[in-house]
Amino acid sequence: MTDVAILGELAYWQQTGIRVGAGLAAVLLVAGTLVYLHLFKLVSFMQSRLGPMEAGPFGSLQLLAEVGKFLQKEDIFPRKADRFVFAAAPFVVLMSTFLLVVVVPGGPDAWFINSELGIYLAMAVSSVSVIGILMAGWGSASKYSLLGGLRATGQLIAYELPLILAVMGVVIQAETMNMQGIVQAQADGEIFGWGGIGNPYILTQFVAFVIFMIAMQAELTQTPFDMPIAESELVTGYMTEYSGMRFLLFFIGEFATAGVFSAIASVLFLGGWWAPIPGLGFDDNVWNLLGPLVLVTKVVVLTFIIFWARFSLPRFREDQLQQLAWKVLIPLALANIVVTALLKIVF
Amino acid sequence: MTAISDREQLSYIAAQAADARVNVEIETEGMTLNIGPQHPATHGTLRIVAKLDGEQVIAADPIMGYMHRGYEKLAEVRTYPQVTTLINRIDWVGSFANEVPFILAAEKLMDVEAPPRAAWIRTILFEMSRIANISLFLGDMGLQVGAVTPAFFAFRDREHVLNQIEAATGGRFHPNFDRIGGIKDDLPAGWIAETKRAMKKIRSFCDEIEGLLQGNEIFEARCRGIGVIPADVGLSYGLSGANIRASGVDWDTRRDNPCGLVHNELDWKVWTHPDGDSFARFWVRLQEVRESTKMVDQLCDGLPSGPVMAKVPRIIKVPAGEAYVETENPLGVMGYYVVSKGDLTPYRVKIRSASFNNISITPWLLKGVYVPDIVTILGSLYFILGDIDR
Repeated sequence: MTDVAILGELAYWQQTGIRVGAGLAAVLLVAGTLVYLHLFKLVSFMQSRLGPMEAGPFGSLQLLAEVGKFLQKEDIFPRKADRFVFAAAPFVVLMSTFLLVVVVPGGPDAWFINSELGIYLAMAVSSVSVIGILMAGWGSASKYSLLGGLRATGQLIAYELPLILAVMGVVIQAETMNMQGIVQAQADGEIFGWGGIGNPYILTQFVAFVIFMIAMQAELTQTPFDMPIAESELVTGYMTEYSGMRFLLFFIGEFATAGVFSAIASVLFLGGWWAPIPGLGFDDNVWNLLGPLVLVTKVVVLTFIIFWARFSLPRFREDQLQQLAWKVLIPLALANIVVTALLKIVF
Repeated sequence: MTAISDREQLSYIAAQAADARVNVEIETEGMTLNIGPQHPATHGTLRIVAKLDGEQVIAADPIMGYMHRGYEKLAEVRTYPQVTTLINRIDWVGSFANEVPFILAAEKLMDVEAPPRAAWIRTILFEMSRIANISLFLGDMGLQVGAVTPAFFAFRDREHVLNQIEAATGGRFHPNFDRIGGIKDDLPAGWIAETKRAMKKIRSFCDEIEGLLQGNEIFEARCRGIGVIPADVGLSYGLSGANIRASGVDWDTRRDNPCGLVHNELDWKVWTHPDGDSFARFWVRLQEVRESTKMVDQLCDGLPSGPVMAKVPRIIKVPAGEAYVETENPLGVMGYYVVSKGDLTPYRVKIRSASFNNISITPWLLKGVYVPDIVTILGSLYFILGDIDR
């Protein structure tokens, strides 16, 4: 790949530096955009209010003000808290987000790692956040936190399964687990012999897409699957005892993970960084600049769906939530895999 | 060979035995969860001590009194017109309705009757405070089961009613408008037309809530069959208002025992629901808001002319005697037992507020439910803390 031509001349620490910087930007900038667009503005318009209007044009700098506020707050530890576990939990949660983003390609050469097992790695590290949430729930020494942490664990493990099974359909169709390969398979695909827009897998794998979106909503613990947070019963679940900077990390982690999961979903189902622009081939260097923008656009669209659902639906009870996972989503995902595999053999 | 039903029976017994063994081997310890006094679900300072086994409630005990303000005692050192200022603050989202039964009790003791126009305006404001109160519930119920947006819609549309109450009385939250022998002032010009517009908006708000919550599968899954109150249990705990009507008891003081207010001159319906669960309580309240808007429309159309104040002495001395008047307030039946010894101040005022009785069923109702259902049930019982603690 041409990546070697550009980055290969640099020393290893320089390459790593660039990748770390790009990774931070990919996670934090996208998270900030999502907070402003969706949490501040979209929701305000849904609820017939304006949202923040004072800081910056149309309140666009509100998030910076909020970050400044959170950084100034006292870092409170509950008296009986398991101090190390309590302090480390937000970092573990945020770490899983950063581990996830490394597999997402932003262009033909703009990637962090180009592993043959890209999506496999993503599914594996996405569960790391469970450990962080359980740590937060246990370490806080609060009953609400404990209940929230245990609910989160049960829920995230249950929804990991439909998530992975939904991905299987795409993997079977693309014949690769490489994220770049999945993008290429969609770009090169044809719909009944017509290759005008490639073949984004949302068309052929629509069932898998719906399952993935629902499971993703649950993985992100967004309403209607926000039992672990459930502000009307568990105050804020595993985050109850956190304040200041550590709460901010949870807060950013929530939106960053939403962004990264949507990026993975758009790679799997919407063609990733590739868009059907006439005159541009798959390997053109322009994509290295244009690709990330296309990807972010798709991410904004997918997260719009997430937050739309979040602010219009009530929440499930945890038994109903488990029923949905085990009785509906998993059988459906398995059926989808079987049908996909059969069609793959037939055609 | 055993019959199928026998085999089912046997496997059931075997499963029970296995369960029992597991329960002995893994002895789980209960957990006491202290919900409140500061907790988002109790919207106020109600404290519920719940003994949990996992997420299941074994026993729940409501502890009240964190907001006791001693209104019954305070009323004894205030003259009759001054008492309304206090009792406004009992159910603070439907304030005007609190004044009405007390004033009616005082009028009953003094043998004064408000002129027809005053009675009609009283009824209008009474019903409007019901709308202001219950429309808040409709949004809040969504909030309790996790939907954030309906609450904002409720606050937005409740504003129309509050504006009208403010235009007539001067106070949005605490009108303090009812007087012995009538009401303080006549309605301002243009108020009737504006009120009718507000009622239209409330009706469309009800449709909106119906689409957002009542038709939502998740909302139904969270509310149907949760917190079922059979009619006899509800009656034995002294439940009233929409809570008992949702259990199928067709009892509404406005229709069955009208005193002073003019509900029996209107065309309206008492809604009941046979189920008695959280969903039924929500549904009945939604219909009640609709019914109230229709009542206000009719009252505005048929408003008689005349004075709004009967002839009463400037310094009110209530003759000795006892009177009990109860009305159907937004939260349920509210009654005042007023004892007078012929002084400027009442000798004793006993307030029967609806929420105090409604919340008394919670230990019975919360037994065996799951933690999320606590919130659904408390939300659907709908209490205002001031109405519990007084």
